[in-house]
This record gives sequence, C-alpha cells and structure tokens, in this order.
Amino acid sequence: MASKLCALADAISRNVADGDLIYAAGFTHLIPFAAGHEIIRQRRKNLVLARATPDLLYDQMTAAGCARKIIFSYMGNPGVGSLRIIRQEIESGRLEWEEYSHFGMISRLQAGASGLPFLPMNPTAATDLENRNPQYRRVVDPYSGKEVVVVPPLNPDVAIIHVQRCDVEGNAQIWGIIGEQKEAAFAARRVILTAEEIVSEEVIRSDPNRTLIPGFLVDAVCHTPYCAHPSYTQGYYDRDNSFYIAWDKLSERREEVHKYLEEWVYGVPDRAAYWEKLGPETHQRLKVASRLSLPVNYGEY
Amino acid sequence: MPPTAAELMTVNAARLLRDGETVFVGVGLPNLACNLARRTHAPNLLMIYEAGVVGARPSRLPLSIGDPTLVSGSTLVCSMYDIFTLYLQRGKVDVGFLGGAQIDRFGNINATVIGDYHHPVVRLPGSGGSMEMAAWAKRCYIITPHQVRRFPEKVDFVTSAGFLQGRRQREEVGLCGGGPQAVVTDLGILEPDERGELILTALHPGVSVEQVRANTGWNLKIAENLGVTQPPEDEELRILRLELDPQGIYLK
Repeated sequence: MASKLCALADAISRNVADGDLIYAAGFTHLIPFAAGHEIIRQRRKNLVLARATPDLLYDQMTAAGCARKIIFSYMGNPGVGSLRIIRQEIESGRLEWEEYSHFGMISRLQAGASGLPFLPMNPTAATDLENRNPQYRRVVDPYSGKEVVVVPPLNPDVAIIHVQRCDVEGNAQIWGIIGEQKEAAFAARRVILTAEEIVSEEVIRSDPNRTLIPGFLVDAVCHTPYCAHPSYTQGYYDRDNSFYIAWDKLSERREEVHKYLEEWVYGVPDRAAYWEKLGPETHQRLKVASRLSLPVNYGEY
Repeated sequence: MPPTAAELMTVNAARLLRDGETVFVGVGLPNLACNLARRTHAPNLLMIYEAGVVGARPSRLPLSIGDPTLVSGSTLVCSMYDIFTLYLQRGKVDVGFLGGAQIDRFGNINATVIGDYHHPVVRLPGSGGSMEMAAWAKRCYIITPHQVRRFPEKVDFVTSAGFLQGRRQREEVGLCGGGPQAVVTDLGILEPDERGELILTALHPGVSVEQVRANTGWNLKIAENLGVTQPPEDEELRILRLELDPQGIYLK
C-alpha cells in the first residue's frame, strides 16, 4: 500500500493554492482546526470558504485575511450566538457570500459527489432566499408537471476532513456525527485527511462498515492528534464549549482577535505545540470516559 | 420559587408534545421542552437532531446542536443528507421547533436579515435547517419571549414559511407540513385562526390582554374562548431545575 503520510504543513502547501474553493468538513464534530490554522500560517489569500456552518474556524480564517467569499447555510456560533467577524465583514460589504438552507447546501455537495448536474428539492414556500441567490433555480418535474427547486453541484478544489482513524493510504473511519464528510470527499478534486490515529490496514479491514472514505480519493494523510480542538472528536476528547463562549467575547474587538491569532496560530509551529500550550488543565477538562460499542461478527468465509 | 419566563415557556411547550411522536429538536429551550416531555407524559418521544442523530438520550445539557452527548446511547446516526431527505422531506417528522428574530402576523419567521438582504443592517445566522422544517414537519411550534420588536406585522425576510399572507396561500404550494400550530411566549400562547393569522388563545396566570397587545406589533385578535394556562407543576419545575438545567444556563 502506498503511504500518503506527510506533515500537515506539506499537505497544505502542496494542495491549497490562493483562490481555491475549500470545504473543511464536519457538522460541529471533527472540524479540522489544525488545517485551517496551517492555511492561516501559510498566508493563503482569496479563498472561497464553503461549510454548512462556518463555525469559529472560518471566523478565524476570515479575520486572518484568507477569505474572498463564504458559502454557508448557518452562520452562527452554535449554541452561543453570532460569528462576529464574518458578520461584520458581510455587513460592511467587504466579504462576498452565497447562502443556502442546510438542505440546499448539502444537496449541492451530494450532487457534486454523485456526478449529477443538479439535485431537486421539494418547494418550501419560503422563496425569499431562492429569489436572492441565483444558484437556486426551478425546473418542472417531467412526471408530475409540478415545479421542484434545484441546486447545482458543489465541487471544491480541496476537501479537508478530520477522522478518528485511517491507514496510511487514507482509508478512513468516522463515528459519531457524520454530517457531510463522505459527500465532501467525493465532491472534491483533492482530499486532505487529518487523523487522530494512523492504524494498520488490518484495523480498517476488521470493520469495513465503518469506513466512509476510500483511500483512493485521498491525496495526503496527516497524523494530527487533537486536530479538531475547540471542536471535538467523538470518543477522543470533548467539545471545548467554554472556548466557544469565550470566542464570542474575544471576537467583539478585532485587536483581541489579532492577538489571539498571533499567540495561538502564528506563534505555534504546529498542532502538537498548540495542544501542549493549552496545558494540563484543559487536557484534563476535555478528557472523556470510555463507552465502547460491542464488537460485531462479520464471519469467516 | 415562582417559575421564570423561560421555565414557563418550556413547560407549556413540553405539554404540546404527544407520546410516541418524532420530534426534530433544536438546542436551548426546545431541547429542554422535549426532554421534560420525555420524563413526564411522553416517555416514548423520539428525538431527532438535524446533525443526524435519531433517538438521542442526552445525559447532559448540550450547548450545541452537534454535542457528542447526543450520539452516545442514541439509536442511529446518519448523514445530514439522510436527515433532510429520508426523515424530513419524506414526511417522517411529526413536530419541529422553530426560532428566529422576528415572527409575523401569519407565523412567517425571519432568521436571516434585518434590513435589505444585499445591504444588511443586521446579519443574522440564516436558515440552517429551519426552512425545510417549517415546510415539512407535520406541526411546528415556536418558543420566543414576547417583545414588540420580535412580533412585527410583517417580517423583513421570510426564512421559513408560516402561512405567508394567509392559510390558502400556503395550501396552494402543497407542503406536507401543516405549518406553525402555536407560538409559546412568556405571556401566553398564540395560535393560527382559520385564515392563518396568529391570535391570542391563552394567557399565563396573572398576565393581562393589554400586556400582550402592547408587546405585539399588529392589532392582535383575541380568541372568543380565551384560556388561562395551567401553572407549572412542582414536579415539572423540579425536573427542569434539578435534572435538566441544574446550572441555569437556559432557564435563569
């Protein structure tokens, strides 16, 4: 098996170019913060940042000047409030945006992942967004004669996906909330995987139903423990809710945001140093107790 | 201790749920209302979260809609595309909870923008899952504090559809969902009349009609048989305060 293992910095420098459309996947879960921070450190510009929920990661990347445009379906700090940076940039007219409902956004990815020219959705009667985003169109269902709403495929230049474990070829297993990772991987032209653990091919083959992403899609495999903090990795560490709450306060003032980026992004070489810098109290606070699934019997044939 | 405004809304919302239903749960008060219902009159309530979790049994209060506690011990986890197609668009969800910055006379909700869309005065988070939930859940409920700025005659932007300009207009689109069935506020309950217009159908104990009208942005009609809600029972408050939100994150 050909190893695609490389340092995250190398994966970003080889696969992410200025102006690319990036999809850093994960619905609340497994958000690849370490990869976003590496993009900031490498000072990529004019990126189109797509995510159903931009989350703090795209708020930070926007504050760092990486973004030209944002594509989203819920621009909030989940459970806390607004994403202040993205919101200010949109309100001041400095940031382009393209907006969907979650279903519209995910349908775009699904179309992109399936090689389809568009995907239909039933109308919702709420037409204001449809009327303001020309990517939403209507076509007549040739069977019933009724209209359906359609969206075009989304094919990111790069998908960045964090997983619990994968082998060196990139066969990747995810459990917990599986949001849109599989769709993003199939839709994208290039795929960067970050993983909590690199495991042997035998571990992957012991539980094939848990594999969401086949290795042949993957361009780079980066062993990046704690990649998702302040998001989380199911079974590995908890979501740092207090950081999400603290960001709401911190991001009220742009100079505080720049101080944060200096200290926690530009000021650390990689994720290992970032995690070390968080310190033992945070490590302890985010620890999770085990709750194992029972093994299943695939049978020997 | 008398109930807080948030406790009053949560208890009244919980009572709208029926045992055995499937409910699309949001974070905050809807999450508390669903968990309260499950621990009182609706033990077989099936909770679905838009993150792709079915049959969740959260053992702690989730801050976000994608908290890991929703997954551990749930019956099924699926992709977002599956949740929005197989569950919601297919019509398998009985109840959805909606929220937003503005709710208008016909139950339309704005969670997108104050002012012009392309030149926003205040940019709000946007639809998330609410556009489709409002369309396809069989019944929708809204929990919100009763303030005049939250209840304009007409919303700036329809993020999710109530009855549009009237019930017939919604019916013409042929949605599988029945639209908003009640708005639970800290003053009382509004429900749509035969035209789809929200009217005051119940007051919480001690609240006056004048108070509600003063906090509503249109000439609010009053139901002929205006009721008074049952005050929260000690057991409901005990579950909320001691079991579901012991730190008072949402209920203070």
